[in-house]
Amino acid sequence: MSNASGRPIVSIRDVHKSYGAVEILKGVSFDVAKGEAVCIIGPSGSGKSTLLRCINALVPIDRGEIRVAGHEVHKLKTDKELIALRRKVAMVFQQYNLFPHKTALENIMMAPIHVLKEDKDEVEARARKLLAKVRLEQKADAYPGELSGGQQQRIAIARGLAMRPDVMLFDEVTAALDPETVKEVLVTIRELAEEGMTCILVTHEMGFARELADHMYFTDHGVIVEHGPPAEFFANPREARTREFLAQIL
Amino acid sequence: MQPVWNWFAELHDRTGINLTIFYDAFDRHRFAEGFVTTVELAAVCIVLSVAIGVIGAWLQGSRLRLLRLAVYWYIQFFRNTPPLVQLYFFYFGVGSFLKISGPGGLAQPLVSNMTWAILSLSFYAGAFNVEIFRSGIEAVPRATIEAAEALGYSRLGADRQIMLPLAFRICLPALNNNLVNLVKATTLAYAISVPEMLWVSNQIWSDELNVPEMMSVLLICYVGLVGVLVFAMGRWEKAIRVPGIGLTARTR
Amino acid sequence: MSRRLGWLEPLPQTSDLPVLLPVVERPISGANTDRKFCPSLARLRGGYGFWIVAALLLSAGVAGAETGPVHPSIVATLIKWTPLLFGGFLFNLAISAFAMIGGTAAGVFLGLGEIVQFAPVRAVAWLVTHFFRNAPWLVLLFFCMYMLPFQVTVFGTTVPLPDWVKATFGLALPVMANVAEIVRGAVQSIPSSQWESAEALAFTRSQILWMIILPQCVKRMLPPWMNLYAILAMDTVLASIVGVNEVMTLTGDALGAESRPELLLPFYGYILLWFFLYCYPIARWTIRFERRFAVDR
Repeated sequence: MSNASGRPIVSIRDVHKSYGAVEILKGVSFDVAKGEAVCIIGPSGSGKSTLLRCINALVPIDRGEIRVAGHEVHKLKTDKELIALRRKVAMVFQQYNLFPHKTALENIMMAPIHVLKEDKDEVEARARKLLAKVRLEQKADAYPGELSGGQQQRIAIARGLAMRPDVMLFDEVTAALDPETVKEVLVTIRELAEEGMTCILVTHEMGFARELADHMYFTDHGVIVEHGPPAEFFANPREARTREFLAQIL
Repeated sequence: MQPVWNWFAELHDRTGINLTIFYDAFDRHRFAEGFVTTVELAAVCIVLSVAIGVIGAWLQGSRLRLLRLAVYWYIQFFRNTPPLVQLYFFYFGVGSFLKISGPGGLAQPLVSNMTWAILSLSFYAGAFNVEIFRSGIEAVPRATIEAAEALGYSRLGADRQIMLPLAFRICLPALNNNLVNLVKATTLAYAISVPEMLWVSNQIWSDELNVPEMMSVLLICYVGLVGVLVFAMGRWEKAIRVPGIGLTARTR
Repeated sequence: MSRRLGWLEPLPQTSDLPVLLPVVERPISGANTDRKFCPSLARLRGGYGFWIVAALLLSAGVAGAETGPVHPSIVATLIKWTPLLFGGFLFNLAISAFAMIGGTAAGVFLGLGEIVQFAPVRAVAWLVTHFFRNAPWLVLLFFCMYMLPFQVTVFGTTVPLPDWVKATFGLALPVMANVAEIVRGAVQSIPSSQWESAEALAFTRSQILWMIILPQCVKRMLPPWMNLYAILAMDTVLASIVGVNEVMTLTGDALGAESRPELLLPFYGYILLWFFLYCYPIARWTIRFERRFAVDR
């Protein structure tokens, strides 16, 4: 199922994952090339979020292989190895998950200082640049409790970018936002993709996915049912299940 | 059972560990009585304090402001003062007024020390129970009751069928905690010479001079009693559990 | 912000109980303002304390009416003994302060021990915590009074252990266990999404615990910790049963010296009043803290 030209930066082969008796992922395989923006859609419970969490080793897999940016995720065991992986892969969550007791700027600065052990002044300069990039420079000293959902989500994106990752994972990042603020987050993500960041998004925003994605994947019941470039995917879905799903949400 | 007692007698001879409550019939008898008294005290207080809690919680919903205030100050008095001093206040203080003439014309207390212990501890735990029940009731959102009323339930019916079952499940952990505290508080009755387990053990170790052994037995007994209560309440909680209500423990 | 379970939450800890409630996972806002049956606590002020004093004096008067005019009045007797008794009361408060400090320090470590990943340490911590939580305070006091040596030799110097030190130690033990439960409950009440996002940022487990989780816990731990202190302050009178010279023993001495049965009620009522005046404000503060922290979320 490889569709990338050149070596893929993320390579997933036959991944299986069960929680107790329930099998969530039943053999998922795909590749993502460097600089590609990829969208995964599907009904809830189809394993999309679990898949993302497997990619950055938040969830260990039962079977299969995952290779990300030269790391063999399925073989990582020690803390050190996991940390080395997570420097390359950043993740942004549906619930933003900013640390409520730190300001926006501190949230962005914390990981580079304490994990990457970089110099404080350098990190601060970079953090402020990232804040400017997501258009929130004035909110540097605000606490998450003082920010709107969309603003918090953009800070969360900036926090992920501060680690200078090779791949960014987005887990339904606009699902918890109200419609007016969804746009500002989508604009930020699109800019990232245009600058060449490899992005894997799980999303419900079909319009956005159609615009942004280089490749679409549809998952259902733990397998990839169909995939393809967005134009084809939305216009002529091959599988019945895909057609059903798209009919429901479009 | 005699072989068991003999084993403990041997233990004393061999190692010096003196557990007279096993091999000596008299001590065995009085310790058993003390244990039974403790269980009795705990059981009666639990029932009484829950009843007081229910009545108090109900009164707190009354329209009469005076009644609500009375309940409020009852709670504040019993919560913000030491239970031991409450016990003394009732037994020595109030008890000194309640004397009747017994046989021979001597003044005798009208209310026994055991009764005072039960009353004092029940009112003490009852004050907490009123708050617990009240909080449970208030934690059921108005929207749920409104939905019940919209379906045609009367106020009383909605309370009985919808609110109370939910409120009860919500406040059960706190109630369990309070009952455990009550069982532990029965030791306070020692101070007014109620022959519960601690008092009896004190007698025994004064006679037999086996303080470490009795202490250990005491600790094991109380931890065991409380453990049984916690276990029973835990099973009950599980049996009436409804998904979505209650503590969700996440161990990290 | 963090995902709410909606209204299906456990008992909110906005109840101002100095009882050992389990620490709530997440305090909820809104549900308990729907029905307010209690008179608003904010409206009740010291004016009601006046009524308590009045009731006390009334009872003293009633009791006084039973005696003849020969003895000095009850109020005068109370005032006569006040300096001594108040000194004892301050001693109780000192014991409570020491026991709280010691118990809290030990309890924080015990609580952290309950959440480490190394299972044997967790098991031991759990055992210790539950043992000292399930044992009655009075029995622990007896245990310490009898089992601790009356002096201890450390670094060559012999330090005598007076009764009150042993009692303080005995009181610190259940405090330690309860603080451990408070700490554990607070850490477990931080949404797991915080752990997740910190892990995704490549923090190590101990970094996450010390830099992200524990600072958020401090606020949550404060109300139950204050409740615990109120309980401890009241339980210092247990020391009188094991022979420590504190306010209850002194009250007993005073009553014995006066030998007037009509003094029993007023004297014990007087001591009750002092404890009430000390603990009621603590209870009020605790509510105020809780409200403030609940709003923050």
